[in-house]
Amino acid sequence: MTHTLGRPDFELIAGWIEPGHRVLDLGCGDGSLLRHLIDARGVHGVGVEIDDANILAAIRNGINVIQGNLERGLDEFADQAFDHVVLSRTLQTVRHTEGILREMLRIGREAVVSFPNFAYHKNLRAVLDGRMPVSEDLPYQWYDSPNVRFFTLLDFEDLCSKMGLIIRERHVLDEAGNIVAGQNKREISFLGSLAVYRLTQNR
Amino acid sequence: MPGQSVGVVKAQRAHFDQPLNLRSGGILPAYDLVYETYGTLNAAKSNAILVCHALSGHHHVAGHYADDPENLGWWDNIIGPGRPLDTDRFFIVGLNNLGGCHGSTGPSSPNPATGKLWGADFPMVAVVDWVHAQARLADRLGIDSWAAVMGGSLGGMQALRWSVTYPERVRNAIVIAAAPKLSAQNIAFNDVARQAILTDPDFHGGHYYEHNTRPSRGLRLARMLGHITYLSDDQMGEKFGRDLRNDSFSYGFGVEFEVESYLRYQGDKFASHFDANTYLLMTKALDYFDPAREDNGNLTATMARSQASFLIASFTTDWRFTPARSKEMVAALLASGRNVSYAEINLNFGHDSFLMADAHYHAVVDAFLRNIKL
Repeated sequence: MTHTLGRPDFELIAGWIEPGHRVLDLGCGDGSLLRHLIDARGVHGVGVEIDDANILAAIRNGINVIQGNLERGLDEFADQAFDHVVLSRTLQTVRHTEGILREMLRIGREAVVSFPNFAYHKNLRAVLDGRMPVSEDLPYQWYDSPNVRFFTLLDFEDLCSKMGLIIRERHVLDEAGNIVAGQNKREISFLGSLAVYRLTQNR
Repeated sequence: MPGQSVGVVKAQRAHFDQPLNLRSGGILPAYDLVYETYGTLNAAKSNAILVCHALSGHHHVAGHYADDPENLGWWDNIIGPGRPLDTDRFFIVGLNNLGGCHGSTGPSSPNPATGKLWGADFPMVAVVDWVHAQARLADRLGIDSWAAVMGGSLGGMQALRWSVTYPERVRNAIVIAAAPKLSAQNIAFNDVARQAILTDPDFHGGHYYEHNTRPSRGLRLARMLGHITYLSDDQMGEKFGRDLRNDSFSYGFGVEFEVESYLRYQGDKFASHFDANTYLLMTKALDYFDPAREDNGNLTATMARSQASFLIASFTTDWRFTPARSKEMVAALLASGRNVSYAEINLNFGHDSFLMADAHYHAVVDAFLRNIKL
């Protein structure tokens, strides 16, 4: 997934990260998020990317970037080597969902995960109209989408609960990047296009 | 290919009188290093890049000689104005390592103690010895710290060695198609190559110069074997397949398949100009290379001594030093908190990929070097 500058979840994520923290960004794209965190928060950042063009762009951005495939594990990273491991808009492209979440919390104290919420009302409307959703946060056609998992924030929270992961914070954004407020989880899920979670686990 | 070659270059020679204590316990009382430089050292002397050569390389890294325009440097495609090692920005140094056979002191040089050529008496040199000798050349050139030390294969190992032996003198290290130490299989290939030389009747215990002969048959076999390990199976398949020189089998042991013709030609060419004693020394330097040995095998502890930012690159079809070997270095650098980027480059030329002018590969090196502050 390619990050674009000024994405609303960047600011949220930056707010969770202390100056000097060690941050690993999985699927770091061209390194924009890490560049932002390095410039704004003075973090020590490392990215992982699979795509050649993104590797090149991240090196141009002055980012430490490691070429690799998230699906094949992250053996080169030691246990608890990072304060935060970020998986931004990438979880839906990963086949081994539980595996990657476990790896993130093996390598990092905290996991930061953002993903498009399939239950967002515009997505539901699209499906009711007989079409797969295409939106700001799901910007692909069904036939060229890198996404292999389609899930909602309620589904994700069930998985966290099953895996014993602790949700420390959750923010849900609409397509414009504004934080969504709602009476209950169902309403938030209905109004939110992108969900951003801060996870940890008991050790 | 963007950019230009550096054009006409000249080899230079530096003589060193200060004895060099070698890792093997031997001492070189005095020695010469031949080297070439491209570009201009800036006033702050902060723009120097050392390019280290691999097994059979030398100081002629880029450009050509005025009287020999066909003789292009072995890594010409990456060096020059507008190329990744941009001579408009950087001052590039390449040298022939000790033990070499291209002008620096080696087995085919005179031994001052005897007046004869060193031959087999030339002391065993290690990668760390080369690094110490290179450091003296840097002193001579007024270079306190390298903007980058770089190399492929055995050259990459020198860059790694530099970064932990002289951490304050290496700001960046580019380690391409290398490994933190050789595997049993790597050593095995080297030993077969050495056995080919050592058992050649013309070897004479390494003193073949005195017999006015050369162990060309052994050296040729060694090179043919080595050459196979530098190429990928796919590439050999594409290049030669099972093509025959003539249309039908001749049921003999002459050259029949194109791949045989190619390998024999490569072997003959190499054996005609390379020194067998140097080949033996270089392969032993490879086998002994294991900087983490000083840290009981803990590569992370070793890499923690470096202060450089690293670019590590490997090639998908390199089965001599696989991507997994590069990732060992990456893991150690990550664990020791160093700055490191790693590119796994999809190229079909096996180990030799590091010498190819691939656009993505060169763009990665270029991007890394452009971010170096001088």
